[in-house]
Amino acid sequence: MRILAIVAQVPGAEERLKVAEGGVDLGASKLVLDTMDEYGVEEALRLREAGAGGDTAVEVIVLGVGPSRVEAALRNALALGADRAVLVDSGAIDLARDVVATSKVIAEVAKRERADLVLCGAQQADSDSQALGAAVAERLGWAQATWVTALTCEGRTLAGRHDVDDGQQDFRLPLPAVVTAQQGLNEPRYPTLPNIMKARKKELRMEVLAGFDVAPQVRLVKQELQHRERLHRLIPGSDAKAAADELLRALREDAKVLA
Amino acid sequence: MILVVVEHGNGRIGKSARELVTAARSCGVEGPVAALVLGSDVAAIATEAATLVGQVLVADRPELATYDAELWAAAVAQIAREGEVALVLIAASRSGREYSPRVAVKLEAPLIEGAACLTFEGGVVRGERYSFLSRVTETVESNAAVVVATVLPGAFAPAEALGAPGEQFDVDLELPERRLIVTGAQPANAGRLPLGEAEIVVAGGRGTGSAEGFERIVVGLADKLGAAVGATRAVVDAGWRPYAEQVGQTGVTVQPRLYLAIGISGAVQHLSGMNKSQTIVAINKDADAPIFTVADYGIVGDCDAIVEALKSAIG
Ligand SMILES: Cc1cc2nc3c(=O)[nH]c(=O)nc-3n(C[C@H](O)[C@H](O)[C@H](O)COP(=O)(O)OP(=O)(O)OC[C@H]3O[C@@H](n4cnc5c(N)ncnc54)[C@H](O)[C@@H]3O)c2cc1C
Repeated sequence: MRILAIVAQVPGAEERLKVAEGGVDLGASKLVLDTMDEYGVEEALRLREAGAGGDTAVEVIVLGVGPSRVEAALRNALALGADRAVLVDSGAIDLARDVVATSKVIAEVAKRERADLVLCGAQQADSDSQALGAAVAERLGWAQATWVTALTCEGRTLAGRHDVDDGQQDFRLPLPAVVTAQQGLNEPRYPTLPNIMKARKKELRMEVLAGFDVAPQVRLVKQELQHRERLHRLIPGSDAKAAADELLRALREDAKVLA
Repeated sequence: MILVVVEHGNGRIGKSARELVTAARSCGVEGPVAALVLGSDVAAIATEAATLVGQVLVADRPELATYDAELWAAAVAQIAREGEVALVLIAASRSGREYSPRVAVKLEAPLIEGAACLTFEGGVVRGERYSFLSRVTETVESNAAVVVATVLPGAFAPAEALGAPGEQFDVDLELPERRLIVTGAQPANAGRLPLGEAEIVVAGGRGTGSAEGFERIVVGLADKLGAAVGATRAVVDAGWRPYAEQVGQTGVTVQPRLYLAIGISGAVQHLSGMNKSQTIVAINKDADAPIFTVADYGIVGDCDAIVEALKSAIG
């Protein structure tokens, strides 16, 4: 069995964002492997270690589509234990706002690599897109389960639990399939020093976007940092009753949000 | 034509359906608006939808009794193709965001996800959406012949009924077999107010101390205010509260009139689910907690004592 885990590179959650000339400027930001994708990589490694579907030779391939800097996120995934990596360098073409176009590239690689299972994060922390997994599944004509918090594999059947509109559901799903990962699915491991060293020697294949016949149909017009003026009014909390009275008064009379 | 997919539950159309109709009407200079109702036993829902739009397409079939991403995507894409739809509008609910990509791929159409604002002029669909964990607002546009967009809850006002009801048409669909088989369900807290629709949300974090503390402090105050209950991931992971109450990146996004954050530190992933609330109150014993950076009113102190005082003052 082959598992393809998709990896994106995004600013760390605590990173301060900068906007220049109408767009987010990541030049000075610390970029990391997207946490949500990390859950996907970890799950792939666990499936390999568990001999998923009775297969003791599961291979875990990580794939990144984006600018060449995404190599760092792929090296990180290799250091966690992935077997090899593929980077489709998007060069000057900005695919980041067009999931439908990106999914074509991923599906093509999944086919070439004869993957049985594609794992990716339920949401990407840069585009805030939640669409990648489902778009890839549709391209491949595969089944999907999104926002998964538990997963097992028996033979050619996955079983697990995921979040839905109205709570959570347990499900069964046939392979091949796309599964999107999120917090709760597992606790990702840390790369060990020997694995980091080994990762340098693992295969990282570079491909170029030109080979995939994609043209983005969504154009990014501008980006702005959100700024919402807040009152920042501090009410002293030492006297609980006085604080409560003042808060209720302010909410009723000043903010007018309470009856 | 602009196609709106109607979400419904408990025999009524959802609030999102009315909001999508408003979005469609505001984009509607480019053509008429039609609504699609998918489900089983949905005659009453179709009739309710017909009060809002000129045409309602109805697929009333037993296979559609419960939602499935592949079935929904196949149905919506087929109708969009046959009806020569230029813009497909789907609610940005968890299900909407998971089947809309399949619709877009089937139509080779671009997808604008989670639009907070949407216009359609001169063949260009332009959307405003949030990115970078809801810290950036961005404008995107597409001049593709067909565009699929998901629309954030609360972004548009619910539509009012038209003078005369629209026409209803039954549609024939070719549906695939279900592949995802549901083997069990843990439904959301049925008795409580749905988080996404509440005007007031009282949310609690680990600072409430325990499941009992949360119940007394957060649920107690929510009951007094007629509010919905929200929780942080930390609290949900600890098993104090059900997942359905989680607010944030991996939970629900809310935008109430009033959001009270009690014993919540204010991690980026939590803020991304609530930072668009109209008025935010934070109660936390740590004056440096990041939650205060988004608060209109803050009280530094022990949440138990302060909320007890609040409860008595409300009466
Ligand atoms: C990929 C990913 C997705 C995530 N998604 C979400 C999400 O959707 N929603 C979410 O909430 N989190 C999410 N998280 C987790 C998030 O990073 C935080 O860990 C979490 O929000 C913290 O919850 P908390 O504020 O309850 O706990 P803590 O961070 O532990 O904060 C507790 C707070 O309570 C205060 N406190 C303690 N005692 C008292 C007292 N007696 N009175 C008053 N105040 C007191 C403390 O000062 C502290 O600020 C996600 C994380 C990741 C990595």
